[in-house]
Amino acid sequence: MGMSTRLATGGRLLNRARAVEFNFNGKRLTGYEGDTLASALLANNQVLVGRSFKYHRPRGIVASGAEEPNALVNLGKGGRFEPNQRATTTELFEGLSATSQNHWPSLEYDVGVLNNYVARLLPAGFYYKTFMAPRAAWKHVFEPIIRQSAGLGKAPKDRDADRYEHFHAHVDILIVGGGIAGLQAARTAAASGARVLLVEQTANWGGRAPADGSVVDGIAAEEWITKAVEDLEKMDNVHLRTRCMGAGVYDHGYALAYERVADHLPANGQPRHRLWRIRARQIVTATGAIERPLSFAGNDIPGVMLASAVRDYVANFGVSPGDRTVVVTNNDDAYRTAIALKEAGLDVPAILDARPEATGPLARRARDLGIRVEPGKGIAKVIGGKRVTSVKICAQSGEGAALEEIPCEAVAMSGGWSPVVHLWSHCGGKLTWDETNAHFRPDPDRAPTNQDGEGFVKTAGAASGEVSTANCLKDADAAGRAAAKAAGFKPEPGDAATAEAEEVQPMLPVWVMPQGAGIAKRMKMWLDYQNDVKVSDVQLAAREGFESVEHAKRYTTLGMATDQGKLSNINGLAVLSQSLNSEIPKVGTTTFRPPYTPISMGSIGGEARGELFQPVRQTPIHDWHQANGAYFEPVGHWRRPYCYRRDGESTEQAVQREVKNTRQALGLLDASTLGKIIVRGPDAGRFLDMLYTNMMSNLAVGKCRYGLMCSENGFLIDDGVVARLDDDTWLCHTTTGGADRIHGWMEDWLQCEWWDWQVYTANVTEQFAQIAVVGPNARKLLEKLGGMDVSKEALPFMQWADGTIGGFSTRVFRISFSGELSYEIAVPAGQGRAFWDALVAGGEEFGLMAYGTECLHILRAEKGFIMIGDETDGTIIPQDLGLDWAISKKKDDYLGKRAQARSHMTDPNRWKLVGLETLDGAVIPDGAYAVGEGRNANGQRNTIGRITSSYYSPTLDRGIAMGLVDHGPNRMGEVIEFPTLGAGSQPIRARIVDPVFYDKAGEKQNV
Amino acid sequence: MLLLNCPCCGVDADETELAAGGEAHLKRETVGAEDEAFEAYLFMRDNPRGVHFERWRHAYGCGKWFLAARDTVTLEVFGTYPAQTKKPPKAIENALKKKRPDWKGWA
Ligand SMILES: [Zn+2]
Repeated sequence: MGMSTRLATGGRLLNRARAVEFNFNGKRLTGYEGDTLASALLANNQVLVGRSFKYHRPRGIVASGAEEPNALVNLGKGGRFEPNQRATTTELFEGLSATSQNHWPSLEYDVGVLNNYVARLLPAGFYYKTFMAPRAAWKHVFEPIIRQSAGLGKAPKDRDADRYEHFHAHVDILIVGGGIAGLQAARTAAASGARVLLVEQTANWGGRAPADGSVVDGIAAEEWITKAVEDLEKMDNVHLRTRCMGAGVYDHGYALAYERVADHLPANGQPRHRLWRIRARQIVTATGAIERPLSFAGNDIPGVMLASAVRDYVANFGVSPGDRTVVVTNNDDAYRTAIALKEAGLDVPAILDARPEATGPLARRARDLGIRVEPGKGIAKVIGGKRVTSVKICAQSGEGAALEEIPCEAVAMSGGWSPVVHLWSHCGGKLTWDETNAHFRPDPDRAPTNQDGEGFVKTAGAASGEVSTANCLKDADAAGRAAAKAAGFKPEPGDAATAEAEEVQPMLPVWVMPQGAGIAKRMKMWLDYQNDVKVSDVQLAAREGFESVEHAKRYTTLGMATDQGKLSNINGLAVLSQSLNSEIPKVGTTTFRPPYTPISMGSIGGEARGELFQPVRQTPIHDWHQANGAYFEPVGHWRRPYCYRRDGESTEQAVQREVKNTRQALGLLDASTLGKIIVRGPDAGRFLDMLYTNMMSNLAVGKCRYGLMCSENGFLIDDGVVARLDDDTWLCHTTTGGADRIHGWMEDWLQCEWWDWQVYTANVTEQFAQIAVVGPNARKLLEKLGGMDVSKEALPFMQWADGTIGGFSTRVFRISFSGELSYEIAVPAGQGRAFWDALVAGGEEFGLMAYGTECLHILRAEKGFIMIGDETDGTIIPQDLGLDWAISKKKDDYLGKRAQARSHMTDPNRWKLVGLETLDGAVIPDGAYAVGEGRNANGQRNTIGRITSSYYSPTLDRGIAMGLVDHGPNRMGEVIEFPTLGAGSQPIRARIVDPVFYDKAGEKQNV
Repeated sequence: MLLLNCPCCGVDADETELAAGGEAHLKRETVGAEDEAFEAYLFMRDNPRGVHFERWRHAYGCGKWFLAARDTVTLEVFGTYPAQTKKPPKAIENALKKKRPDWKGWA
């Protein structure tokens, strides 16, 4: 008994010639092509599909589409495993494998269901209330219960095996929803010549009309739909997409659509999902309506379904929900379900109509078919555990005394329809309460507005709140026309499809069934099936003072599950407003936020994963680094060699070798990432004088000068060597990470403040490879390669010259960031690798070795050179670093000058840069703090300084550091202490010294 | 996602092509400024509910800065204009007076 099963005939979406095998909880089952997982499960009598979140109550399929709250499954395996997939929107495919969620040890026998028996102890706000309990209760009682019930589904463990993509589209009109309203709106809009994109979330066009048996233009809806789609497909200005859900509407006509390209064809080589990023002048939402459940005791027992869903399963999939279905309703539409069941040869023991009388044409037809219609009646209680076995009926107006028990396997309920207003609301569209249909519908006078302040979203059909086929078509034609006009097109005088007007008996709002139900019943009336929120919970929340709908939602978790309250929100709202003795529109709705249904993380990421996650910048010499043991580190978007490890070497050993070799023989550094910005024009000198703290306008052509840049706040933001190329032209070197930022900074000032100054900038960082030839043998190598004169006399320290070296056209800068004899040589980027190779080949006899960024850091630290980002952190001014010599006293102004005159900046107690030499030669941890006398207000020891750079110096064979210390420069020779972490660990003691550890006189670089 | 017309290159640019630069028409204060005026220049910004003049850079397009008059609530754009403008153009001021009668006007 109690089978849900496949009917011998029927099922308009099925291809009965193609059987499809699938697997549910290890059971091998068979469905047909065209099935959803939900319809195939029902056809196999698998009504129980999961457990609820809090009480682990048995849960069956309730709906047939995106609104399904219960039938969530773990889908797929390995790299294609994904939890929380709705069975109602999962198309069946060969080999599909699904498991149910939220139960242990099995779906049939679940331990967590114990929560169900302590339900009285887990009322609304349970989680919040437990915070006030004694601590021990948390640990031993509440936490174990919450952990047991926390989380639906399992997290995937493997890397996603699929690929995803983004697709950009610009259209005049986006139409969301491919039911008859969407199709009609598209026909009207497209006839005006507008470019139209029509998307439909399911695999099939037409929406509900075929299952409802609608008649359009005198023919069956199905026929009309086929023709309408054919006509649209022929038009060049129309694009159609099925399996493509309008996910969100955003500012200024931006919209996201989520196309499930290959969910039903896994591993077929296509991207699994495609995220459409759409700019539309106008958007028409033809998103239909969702049926509401009724709140009666036991409305969550498997077998209780939405009336429309029952109709869908019969008409679309040839599935019987059970031999006997009781229909319970407050409106005419559910009669269509009773009629469909009867016509499929199934039994409808009764239609319980909460309205005092049932007089509409559909009720007449039902009676004519011999169905028992019971006006003024409702369900007192559903009987059953994992499956409905019977219902007790009662008078809707009473307290629920049972009049009769009717055995049945399924209950088809209808509490009325709510338009899908999500997309309308995402960007600020307002709603109005419709008394006749007891639903919120879009208020066309308060549409979301675009950049011109004009409405850019229209609604069509049931999404507007229309109920009859005739009105849906009329409304859709009007929406298509209005959208075309608003997008700047002239709609043609119409040939819109029509349908005959229907006589409808008005629906009756029913929020609780029966009207006078007591607490015992209200505790069994589910509003939110997934989160286990009942009528009694919302009423309790209202009593406890949660009067705002947003508060009540969070307190009860109503509508906060993965279905986002598609079924529960209006019913919950109505119960809340009744409890508050207020009107529904006064209580208002919660906020609708995108996406309409969950979209995959993969689709959001699109192609941006793995190597494509972020572009990697490589220098022209990158391949050589890779082939020669480079251990790369990211520097901005660049990859730079940290060091080059030789056979058997550790990273530290490689770095030490590179430092020693550069100091003693010859090192080669790929400095191509260094920022290079050309600044040119009659006012370029004046401009650079504003940008740098020191004078650049008086730099002689052919010379180089080190410079500092500060923000308007006075803080040091970048440094580098500036070379004057000719009368009008300067070349500014920036830090690797600073090139784009500093170029933008220059442009900001030139475009927005000093726009009348004649200056042109160009960021040529990538146009040149730059190679530093460093060490005592540097000149020997260049002289061997031959060409320009690189002698001390011809090219002294801090000068530059153009010329050829080894046949390469070069620009040579005599600058040094290492303290050694050093040439930084720029060649066109395309020559970078060849020039590097020539240097490597020629340098062998001089002991040449390439060195990486860590060696560079140690070399500069041994010389006491600061590094932006180490010695600076956005709060450091040049004066803190003893760089007063690089601040012009002659200039009236430069960026940061006024700020550096503020009292806090001139405070003599600012920490200043010093060198630190550990007494025992150890290396102080980077960032360590020095402590002084006394304690602060929090009882912590007072700090008197911190480390900004710290290294083991291979040259000096000891730890060296730089740091900012309270009155540091006045305390030379003093020993201060740096506490270290760990029990019983001793502080490191270090002596304050000059930051220049190596070659204080600077003789080595100036030879 | 905002759509702003870049007055320099004429492109209707997506917000992702743009970099926001805060309030427009600030007057730079520098050496000689009183502490209070300098503080206002560095830190004090209007945060109106409604009409706002702001700086944008067409960062992933032509690279140029421009200015926009925009409603911070409805996101309506009243116009964009070149960065080399000391105060909002007359046409934008007139449009604003018409569309936002409550607007306090350009000081
Ligand atoms: Zn531009």
